[in-house]
Amino acid sequence: MIALLRRDLTLALRSSGGFGLGLAFFVIVLVLTPFAVGPDPAGLAAIAPGMPWLAALLAVLLTLDRLFAIDAEDGTLEQLALALPLEAAFVAKALAHWLTTGAMIALIAPALGLLLYLPQSAYAPLFLGLLIGTPSLSFIGAFGAALTVAVKRGGLLLSLLVLPLYVPTLILGAEAARRGAAGLSYETPLLLLGALSLVSLAAMPFAGAAALRASLR
Amino acid sequence: MRSLWEYANPRLFMGWTGTALPWLWALGLGLTALGLIWGFFFTGDDFRMGSTVKIIYIHVPSALMAINGYFLMFVAALIWLIRRQPVSALVGRAAAPVGLVMTLIGLVTGAIWGQPMWGTWWAWDPRLTSFLILALFYLGYIALWEAISDPELAADLTAMLAIVGSVFAVLSRYAARFWNQGLHQGTSVPVATGGRTIDDVFFWPLACAMVGFFFLFVALTLVRARTEVRARRLSVLTAREAG
Repeated sequence: MIALLRRDLTLALRSSGGFGLGLAFFVIVLVLTPFAVGPDPAGLAAIAPGMPWLAALLAVLLTLDRLFAIDAEDGTLEQLALALPLEAAFVAKALAHWLTTGAMIALIAPALGLLLYLPQSAYAPLFLGLLIGTPSLSFIGAFGAALTVAVKRGGLLLSLLVLPLYVPTLILGAEAARRGAAGLSYETPLLLLGALSLVSLAAMPFAGAAALRASLR
Repeated sequence: MRSLWEYANPRLFMGWTGTALPWLWALGLGLTALGLIWGFFFTGDDFRMGSTVKIIYIHVPSALMAINGYFLMFVAALIWLIRRQPVSALVGRAAAPVGLVMTLIGLVTGAIWGQPMWGTWWAWDPRLTSFLILALFYLGYIALWEAISDPELAADLTAMLAIVGSVFAVLSRYAARFWNQGLHQGTSVPVATGGRTIDDVFFWPLACAMVGFFFLFVALTLVRARTEVRARRLSVLTAREAG
């Protein structure tokens, strides 16, 4: 499992377009936002707590469709299924996905908050929220990726399946940042977000492994 | 005495649904028509909402069936995964488009009513929001069925999606309530407490329409499930012919 995690991380780091791509996409969406809504600082500050979350959702989605598809195509997935429980393989892959996208997004988001005139008090809840909430994005997304392994060019289908599942994460995460921006206490949404991540962490490996097993059969 | 599960055998299923369908159609169409005609022409206007109150006879039953339709898919998914009854997978598949249409009817009639009453077609109210998300869940489920050609695999994967989706649909509902306070009024017929905030004059035609919509939903779903069973048989026959 550790070996698989390291392999996926190495692959993401060395191959072109795995690791950097999601992150670059996240940056570009946020850089383009002012062009769409206008450069007015007040208007930008109003959407600044929510936009990083929306961009994170899309960036996470972008790198999901190859999570299992490449390994399924060349037979690696079958070998993995022989070597260790698919649940463990699922956890390793989802974890690698989170480390290369979600965690990086959380690190870089505060810097981009500057571009959107994010209110001072919202930096902490935005960063913490992304750090706590993006694991659920990776694990739910990996379940979606497992569902669409059997589908050729499943990227669009994947987004239709996964985005509705992201609604609770998005609501709670953006709510924490918005409460921070308004100077309110943001503890409750963060706690709920943590609960959501833990539930995804606990339940999704089983659902995802079942989907993979069905597809391998 | 036959076990309940035997009625899910495709051949028996085709038999008893064939007998039951005319009755279900009669009950569904009859009660819906009765409820709607009674509600539209033989009840007075509400003193505050005027005649717009009459949209309740479509709005509430369709919303009810939209939610129950998803619940039906959830149960069918469980039965498929646990007992591998092929008919239950097909019933889940058959119910999805009907449920989606019910969801859309609920949203559209709500918007038509909301425009004069709330002064807006749409509000980001928890109930409205969760219905919109419910429609997305239906869409994803239908799309996944269409995308996978192997029927057994498609049944497996859509069943998993339906189960995970149900959990997240409920989570979304509560997250949305956390996120924004509601504009939508509470239910007029709370089942749990047995009380009612709606007058009998409006309640009885509404109850008629609700029961009617239920039978309509069942009839539509069964017709679609029967079509699926026939399509499955046909594909087996053509495969045999070709092979």
